[in-house]
Formats: sequence, structure tokens, C-alpha cells
Amino acid sequence: MSKQYETVIGLEVHIELATKTKIFCGCSTEFGGAPNVHTCPVCTGMPGSLPVLNKQVVDHALAIGLATNCHITRVCKFDRKNYFYPDNPQNYQISQLYLPIARDGWVEIETGGVKKKVRIHEMHMEEDAGKLVHDEWDDTSLVDYNRSGVPLVEIVSEPDMRSAEEVIAYLEKLRHIVQYLGASDCKLQEGSMRADVNLSVREIGSDAFGTRTEMKNLNSFKAITHAIEGERERQIELLEEGKQVVQETRRWDDNKESSHAMRSKEDAKDYRYFPEPDLVPVMIDDEWIARVKAREPEFRTAKLARYQKEYGISQVDAEILTESRNMAELFEAATALCKKPKKVANWLMVETMRLMKEHDMEPQDLRFSPENLAGLIEMTDKGTVNSSVAKEVFEHVFLENVDPQAYVKEHGLATVNDEDALRKTLEEVIAANPQAVADYKGGKEKALGALVGQTMKAMKGKANPGRINELLREML
Amino acid sequence: MIFPFGYLRPRSNVRTINIGRTCIFTNANITMTERRHEDMDILSLSAVELGKKIKAGEISAMEATQATLAQIEKEEPRIHGYVTVDAQGALKQAEEIQGKIERGELTGPLAGVPAAIKDNICIKGRLTTCSSKILSNYKPTYTAEAVEHLQDAGAIILGKTNMDEFAMGSTTETSYFGPTMNPHNVGHVPGGSSGGSCAAVAARECYYSLGSDTGGSIRQPSSFCGVVGLKPTYGTVSRYGLVAYGSSLDQIGPITKNVEDCAAVLTAIASWDKKDSTSVKREDYDFMGSLKADVKGLRVGIPADYFTEGLNKEVAEAIRAAANVLKEQGAVVEEFNLSLVKYAIPAYYVIASAEASSNLERFDGVKYGYRAKDYEGLHNMYKKTRSEGFGAEVKRRIMLGSFVLSSGYYDAYYLKALRTKALIKAAFDKAFENYDIILAPAAPTTAPELGKSLGDPLKMYLSDIYTVSVNLAGLPGLSIPVGKDEKGLPIGMQLIGDHFQEKTLLRAAYTYERVTGKEAR
Repeated sequence: MSKQYETVIGLEVHIELATKTKIFCGCSTEFGGAPNVHTCPVCTGMPGSLPVLNKQVVDHALAIGLATNCHITRVCKFDRKNYFYPDNPQNYQISQLYLPIARDGWVEIETGGVKKKVRIHEMHMEEDAGKLVHDEWDDTSLVDYNRSGVPLVEIVSEPDMRSAEEVIAYLEKLRHIVQYLGASDCKLQEGSMRADVNLSVREIGSDAFGTRTEMKNLNSFKAITHAIEGERERQIELLEEGKQVVQETRRWDDNKESSHAMRSKEDAKDYRYFPEPDLVPVMIDDEWIARVKAREPEFRTAKLARYQKEYGISQVDAEILTESRNMAELFEAATALCKKPKKVANWLMVETMRLMKEHDMEPQDLRFSPENLAGLIEMTDKGTVNSSVAKEVFEHVFLENVDPQAYVKEHGLATVNDEDALRKTLEEVIAANPQAVADYKGGKEKALGALVGQTMKAMKGKANPGRINELLREML
Repeated sequence: MIFPFGYLRPRSNVRTINIGRTCIFTNANITMTERRHEDMDILSLSAVELGKKIKAGEISAMEATQATLAQIEKEEPRIHGYVTVDAQGALKQAEEIQGKIERGELTGPLAGVPAAIKDNICIKGRLTTCSSKILSNYKPTYTAEAVEHLQDAGAIILGKTNMDEFAMGSTTETSYFGPTMNPHNVGHVPGGSSGGSCAAVAARECYYSLGSDTGGSIRQPSSFCGVVGLKPTYGTVSRYGLVAYGSSLDQIGPITKNVEDCAAVLTAIASWDKKDSTSVKREDYDFMGSLKADVKGLRVGIPADYFTEGLNKEVAEAIRAAANVLKEQGAVVEEFNLSLVKYAIPAYYVIASAEASSNLERFDGVKYGYRAKDYEGLHNMYKKTRSEGFGAEVKRRIMLGSFVLSSGYYDAYYLKALRTKALIKAAFDKAFENYDIILAPAAPTTAPELGKSLGDPLKMYLSDIYTVSVNLAGLPGLSIPVGKDEKGLPIGMQLIGDHFQEKTLLRAAYTYERVTGKEAR
């Protein structure tokens, strides 16, 4: 390749908002359920039905718009996007074209230690479509409108990204902002966050954009990365061969790890957008904005810096702790109680993560209280329980949110600090294990470990292994 | 429940019921019990008068229902005002409602009074066809808000009335089920699109009915049939359950024998409904208090620019004579120029058609309604279903509407029409600085002969000239009979008020009616 190329990428990101009811009717947004149970005349497009806007949707969209530094459209409106498809019961989607809720924002991303702003062109609210089920056997298709009318926002970026790495960083940034706001769980695999990639290539140094393609059906960061790399190569190859890139929409096939053309610009639909006459404009005043702004949490970027400065936590650890707002808040609350940030961090990053994995849980599923974690940490510090007992107790804190003090007392797990009792047990262990004693005296350090183990067993784990070690050396 | 639709191969088991081009009686054999009253007497009562007699125990709801059903049976072959009549259901309702009246559970003026509903207003479980083949088998899963209010008031719903297909037309001739005839002369149309609702009231096949008005569809047929029709201020009656034609213009309204009934029905159906985002919360929903025969000092403006060569001479004379009646009663009547008159028709047809093209997209054969019998694949199913399911006028407006919304034409047509709409509204606002009421014809002529209108759609559109601007401005408009032409066809006067001024319209109309004694009986 003689020429050097640059990849230019812009994203259209759809995020499903976490509201209890749909955007234009009172039906539940709950996932699953038998087909068409979460439906009513509105979300199945029955004649004569009318949409009524769910204000919670505007609240969430407003929060995302403010957090991504957008200008908020004070009088925003909905428009109809007309196209025929059976998953769309009215054959038009209520969306926003002319006056979307937010415009001209940006988020900052960091890749390889370099910071960069990715601009947001606009963000609008819209309704999701239903789901088609194709029955190959019966040669028919069925439609389920449970998802019809689930609220979405679409965030359209400017073509400011230059690599898959930047794209992933941008998506992670959006995901953290939206999750911290509680506006969505943003799961790519489950479709609550979806990204379409607009990509073109150009010679480095060129100011003009190349012809772009749009890639759809990208359900994981891996798919996004592979699709970007593949599409970049495909376009460069075309240009190198003296051919043109065709402006088209392409569909990513995860199994084949390649994309194919869906439709070209010539087939592009004319959506005949016009203002939705069934809805009145949404008036967003200063008070509404102030109310949403007041609820804004401390975002991840701010927490990352503060954790390092205030708690002396490393960048890597801080990243793990702030991965979710729930985990970060647990950390902060437990630290405020026991004043031991590193120990709290350790419990969260090691035992908590292990148990979450074991029980297939997400950070938002964590149910134990910071008081109980802090209490357990204090008990280990005081030597009330040893570390292996603490782990056992923590499992109960994690699963049942038990009070560790009460639990230890109830199950008799407190460490025995009675020196006489310990010496008595040690004498018995030494007497019962002459071979090990001989080995130790013969220079085998390992043999001491066996004796400590035997003592712990004899004391049912309720002893301090460090003290046993000291006493053994002294007694032998 | 799953909505099935096959698209990979044609299906033979299509879910449609073919209901031919005649009126359906779900119970055709109505056996009449003994009647204590002459039907003529019962039928000539107004809705409020009947309600009073039912409350007083002089007439039962059952008797009134039976008399009306008998009248339907007698008149329908001549009028064809109904798409469906549910005789059995009506008799059952009459029995239930009579019991509630006797127990004192229903005390309103309309309790026990039989009514008819335009066939684009949903009633749960009852055919709601919009007089279209594409909805010829459609039974809604819910009842429209306005109908629920009537049911709460103790209305007995007799059936669903004929209309222009999807309310598109001015003659009721575009109905898939065939035209409705004008009761005053069956060689003429009743007007439209609420032609069935107006003809049914005029032919005493019901005591009152509900119509819908997007560009004059209540006022013009009311004028042609010699009944009172009111299009309320946009947002006064909930549109929930009204199958949309032009969403920003549509309003449901009463069609009655006289002004008092009009006020009573409006009082029953007007409401602030959270299910309709365009519904407006009004200060007062009781319109009965406006029924006073007093127009002293009322400022009445007549748009001189409405009285041009397109206006039939007999109609013009009747309207001026009616204006004189109000003047004699102390109203201050003068002429003025409303302006922008010629822009109302193009702006209306652009906006209404644009909205209609989108509103009618949901009729696709997938979820409900008619589906073509043979097709290959999804797009072929869409095309055949819609080609076979819609009539010519509906297709014309869908195409017109799709065109004006197309990229590249949106600014030139749709946006320009929206601006024109704003200017027309401003012209009315200016007029209402000087006048309490604008007095005008409801239509340039009396009812045309059957079969003479559809051949020249443009001419038909132009006949909406006095009504469409009221919808564009969202104003209330009332049509009241003021005389007949030499052929005996009724002439209607239109009274237009400022937003929320229905009471002023009702008062002026009531005064006119009291003074002249011109009521439909």
C-alpha cells in the first residue's frame, strides 16, 4: 500500500430508557412475557388510539443531554417517520427530526493516555418497534408488540472518531454516563444499547470526507471492532483498485464475521417526516433543567480522579470500583464508615467480584449494606475473626446481607484469644505429631505449616494462625 | 394473542367477512310490542323533550327505542343512513337504562334517548367500518371517549351511520356501502362526510347523532339535511376512539333536531381527556345555561368576501334574511372583509391529505381489517390489500398527501400550507376583535343531485370554501337551518365563534330558532 489512509467514523447509538411504562401508553416495558401481553390499542396501532407522552422519558433524555454537554431544545417536538413494516404497527414511528431534545454536545474520551473530544450532533427521543418471529416450518411470520413503544434515545455523533479503539472508548463513556444516571442498563448483547457505525476512509492529510457506509447489527464490542477493521480494509482495497465506495447500508453477520450490502442510497426510503399532530410540543423550562441537574450524580471521570487523590487508590483499582455506580457508592459508603479505603476496595475487588461471577450477578444486583461490610472489616482488624472465617462470614453478608457481628456470635466463630487454651491445644498437637516435629527440627520449614494446620483444625478455625506460628516456634 | 400474517405464500384462510353493499341488521326481525303512543308523536319529539317524558314516566325508553327501530325499518330502504343497526342490542340497552332511570341512577336529559354514531367512532365489539372495504370486518377492542360519555348519560346506541369513506368527501357517495339519500329529496345527496348521521336525524331514525368534522363534515351535511350541527373548538371533545383523518383538524360534534339538543349533547360529550394530548381543559362544560333568546348588542360580522359569484343566489338571500332576524332582535350586524378566503381550500387539502396519508398507513392487512386474498410476499400483500381496500377518493388523498410530504416538496407545499394556516388563524383573530360571531353560509349551494359530484373532485373540494377555514383556525362553528330553496332543499346558516365561544353560538342560534320557530321535527 503506497498511500496512508485515515478512518473517519461517526456513530448512531440507540439506548433503551429504563422507564416502567412505554413512551406513549401505560403498558409495561418489562422484558419477556407471552407475546402481545404488554400491549394496548395505542402500542398496537389500533384505529382511533392516540399517543400520550411519558414525562419520565423526557426526564431521562434531558439528563443524558445535560451530561453530554448538549444544548437543550426548550420547545421540542415529535415528528412522524413513515415507513411500512409489520413490526411497526402504525407504519410510522414517532420520532424527532426537526426539533430534537438536545443538540451540539460533546464527551471526552481517553485512548492511550490521549484525551479527545467527540462531538454530539444531536439526540432525539423515539419509540421502539415490535419483534417479528419467522416460523420457517409454518412458512409464516408472527409479530409480537411487547417491545413496540419502548422508549429510546438516539445519540448521533459527529464523524470525530478515527479508530475502533476510539469508538469503544466513546461507547464506554456513553454507557457509564447513562448507567450512572440510571437512565438505562446499556447492555449491548441484550439490545438495550445498539450502535450503527458510519465509516469512510480518506488519505491522510485530506480535508474532504470519503464516501461513507453505514453498518448495522453490531451486538458486541468485539463485533464493532471487527466490523470497523473489516470495513476499513474493504474500502481501502476498493480505492486502491481505482474503484468507488458505494454509499450504502451494510449488515454485519456475526457468524461469518463479515458484512454485506443491505440497500444503497438509491433505494433509500423517503420517510416523509412531518410534525406529529397527535402530540403537543414539550416545553422545557429552566426549572425542569435545574431539577434534573440537581439529581445528577458524580460521574465516573470525577470519581476516578478523586479516588486516587482522596483515598490513594491506584488508577487500575479505581477503574474497577467505578465500573458501576452501585459499586462505587458501596465503596464510598463503607469507606466513610470504617475509614479504611484500601481494605474496602480489596473486599469489593476480590471477594465481591468472585462471588458475583459465581452467582452470575451484575453490580446493580448487589444487595448488601455498606454497614455490614464496614463492620466485618473492623472485626478482622480487631482480630475478632481471622481472615478465613471473615471470608466465610462475608459470603453470608454478600448473599443475605447478615449483620457480621450477630452472625459470628450466633455461630461461635470468634477467634479464641485465650493463650492458655491455645498452648494446651498446641501441646496436644505436638504430642500427636512426632514425625512433623522431628522434620521441623531437622530443618524442614514446611513441617511447621502442617502443625499450624492441625492446630487450626483442632480449634475449628477460630484461632489466629499468626499467633499459632509464633507460639509453635517458641515451644519447639 | 398473536397477530398472524403470512407473507411468504398466499393464504387461503383470510379473516374477512364479506358484508355486501347493504345495511346490516343484526336482528332484522323486530317484533313490536303494543304501543300506547302514536309513533308520529314520539318521533317528532326532540331529544330533550323525549328525555323529560321518559323521566316523567310518560314514555318508556323501550317504547322510544321500538318506535325509532320501526322508523329505521321503514325509512332505511329510502335513506340508507346506517351502515349497521343493532336492534337487539338497542332493545337490551333500553331495558337496562329504563331500570336505571326508574331507580334514579340516571337523571340526565339524554337518559333513555336513542342515538346514532358515525361509523368512524369506535364502539367496543361493534363493527366500525369508516364506510371502507378495508375496515369492513373491523370490530374495535375499546370504546371512544365521546361514546363512553354518551353511554354514561344513558344514551341508547341504535347503530353506526354511513359516511364518506374515512370522512373523505362532501356527499356520502364515497362510502363502500353505497350512498345515503337526502330525506328531503332522495334524488339528492345528504352532504358529507357525516351524511348518514345528518340524514338519520332528519328522517327521525334517531333523536340525535354524533358526527365528525375535519373540513365541514358536520356543518355542511347538517345544512343540506335541515338539522343543527356543531363543530366544537378543537380540543373540546376527545378524539380518543375517532379514527383519524386529519388529526390537527378533526373534532367530534353533535347533530340534532334543535339548538337545545345540541347544547345537551355537547354538554354530555365535551371533556378534558388525558388520553388525548390535544384535549383542552376548559373552564366550563355546561352548555345548557347558554340557551337564552337574547342577542341584544351581539356584534355579528358577515364576511363580504364570502358573498361572491360562487354563492348560489337563493342561499345568499336566505342567509341575509336570517341575519336580519338577529338584527331585529337587537344584534349589531355589519359586513367586513375576512381576507385570505381563496387560500383556505389549498391549505386545507394539503394539510388534511398529508396527515391522512400517514394516518391511513396502519391499514395494511397485517393486524386487522381486509386483506387481499391472493398475494406473493409482504409488499405484494400491502399493495393488493390497499389497492383493493381503499376507494378512489381515499387513494387520491393518500397520493396527494404523500406527494406534499415527499423530500424536496415538503417546504413548497406542507410548510407553506402550515404558514397559510397561521395567517388564516390571524385573520380570524383580527375579526373577533370586532365581532362576537361571524355569520356565513355553510355551503355555497343546497344539496346537489346524486351522482353529480364525484366526477369533478376539484369542484367538490371548492364547495368546502365556507367551512374549512374554521377547522384550520380550530374555531367552533354551528350550522342551523334557515329556510329552503325552491326545490324544497334546506339551507343552513353557519355561525362561527372565537375559541371556546360555543355558548355565544348556541345563544344566537337559540334566539333565531325561538323567533322563527324553524326546527327539525
